[in-house]
Amino acid sequence: MINVSDVLNNRYEFVLFFEVENGNPNGDPDAGNMPRIDPETSQGLVSDVCLKRKVRNYVELAKGGSSPFDIYVREKAVLNDINELAYNELKIKPESKKLPKDPDQAKKITQYMCDRFYDIRAFGAVMTMEVNCGQVRGPIQFGFAKSLDPIVPQEITITRMAVANKKDADKERTMGRKHIVPYAVYRAEGYISAALAQKTGFSEEDLEIFWQALINMFENDHSAARGKMSSRKLVVFKHDTALGNAPAHKLFDLVTVKRNDEEKPPRAFTDYSIIVNNKEKSDGVTIIERE
Amino acid sequence: MGYGIKLRVWGDYACFTRPEMKAERVSYDVMTPSAARGILEAIHWKPALVWRVDRIHVLKPIKFDSIRRNEVASKISERNIKTAMNGGTIDLHQYASEDRQQRAALVLRDVDYVIEAHFDLTDKAGASDNSGKHCDIFTRRAKSGQCHMQPYLGCREFSANFDLLEGEVPQSVLTEKRDLGWMLWDIDFAHDMQPIFFRPMMINGVIDTRLVKEEET
Repeated sequence: MINVSDVLNNRYEFVLFFEVENGNPNGDPDAGNMPRIDPETSQGLVSDVCLKRKVRNYVELAKGGSSPFDIYVREKAVLNDINELAYNELKIKPESKKLPKDPDQAKKITQYMCDRFYDIRAFGAVMTMEVNCGQVRGPIQFGFAKSLDPIVPQEITITRMAVANKKDADKERTMGRKHIVPYAVYRAEGYISAALAQKTGFSEEDLEIFWQALINMFENDHSAARGKMSSRKLVVFKHDTALGNAPAHKLFDLVTVKRNDEEKPPRAFTDYSIIVNNKEKSDGVTIIERE
Repeated sequence: MGYGIKLRVWGDYACFTRPEMKAERVSYDVMTPSAARGILEAIHWKPALVWRVDRIHVLKPIKFDSIRRNEVASKISERNIKTAMNGGTIDLHQYASEDRQQRAALVLRDVDYVIEAHFDLTDKAGASDNSGKHCDIFTRRAKSGQCHMQPYLGCREFSANFDLLEGEVPQSVLTEKRDLGWMLWDIDFAHDMQPIFFRPMMINGVIDTRLVKEEET
């Protein structure tokens, strides 16, 4: 159970920079798994749900998927450890089953799910039994991540020295395709509402795990498609109060990025300079930089 | 209406989903009054007050973009949770890769609105609730960027930037008179979540979102 005094009391915003080298950070199902791209600006995109998936995977890996850091929306991975889990933390009397619309009961069920599952505490979840709106909103909200510069995805043709079907045996090999972004730095922005944290019980410890997840989420997500991806810089804005001390967009504007050489296509993180304007920050906001 | 407020909200994307097209979401052309109300409530709301959106100003051209994402197909089942709470052995996880739907969303791009609104006090208002107080709280929060939660443009992944607008509403780039068709006005939570529709006209980018009395009943 979460100690009430540990529940988050400050609003936060964050900016995360991550890079990809010769990989596909987030395929677009509409475009044959090409990297997502903004058709107007040619900037690369990474969807909010893609980043949340990686946070979930990291927390599942780091915490072993057990309560209170269990992950509700899993990728097909751990199927066997369910029986070991202790379910009997809370008992509800049998007669209460006749009252599924009872708001107290609905609250208990929601509480049980929040207590046990990290991703429900952090991101919220749609639970059918909630009486009025049917969902819990979590404190953490991600936007779409955008690449700093336009990306030029490349289509790489690869060959396999084997075939899948016998009738193709004389062909000896098959051709495949993969899409890569030669290099890009993406910027993701997010918000953490203290008011919603208090509703789901998202704690200071949960927050620290979240920062760890942002920094380390690509370290255990390597695959043939992703190439070399890593988090490069995390800038956290901590407000002194639960409601916040400055507009989010003004804080995001404090973090600017400069290309060191406009002539050369960016191919490394050192081709960029990230500037955090500490001087013009609002009172009551602390800027924490983590790498 | 001495207590009207004007809030400017803008963002890169927005999706005010049409209820008739929500399996694969298609946004309305403009923000709905209910979405505008949600934005105001994210900044300041109490059971003592109810927000009334008077006008929505659409400052930028209406542009769409399509985004397809992998989403999960089902919701959390109440029965499974109860079984787990009672000590039953049941798999309480959801496997995203097995329970998957690919859904496209036709969303708005690069939006900028001004919401003109006021509020009325409800019968839940106590002795200490008065319009001046709540108006002050709202304007103070909107000015300094404070909010209960970051407001959003239809869906939570499309965050809204906001700022209190104290001067004149900027001129919209839209100049025509446009029939927006039937749109969701809001959900009537007092009457079994009954949706209310209206048929707004957008004139020079301005939509009057006040319902005429006959329609209200």
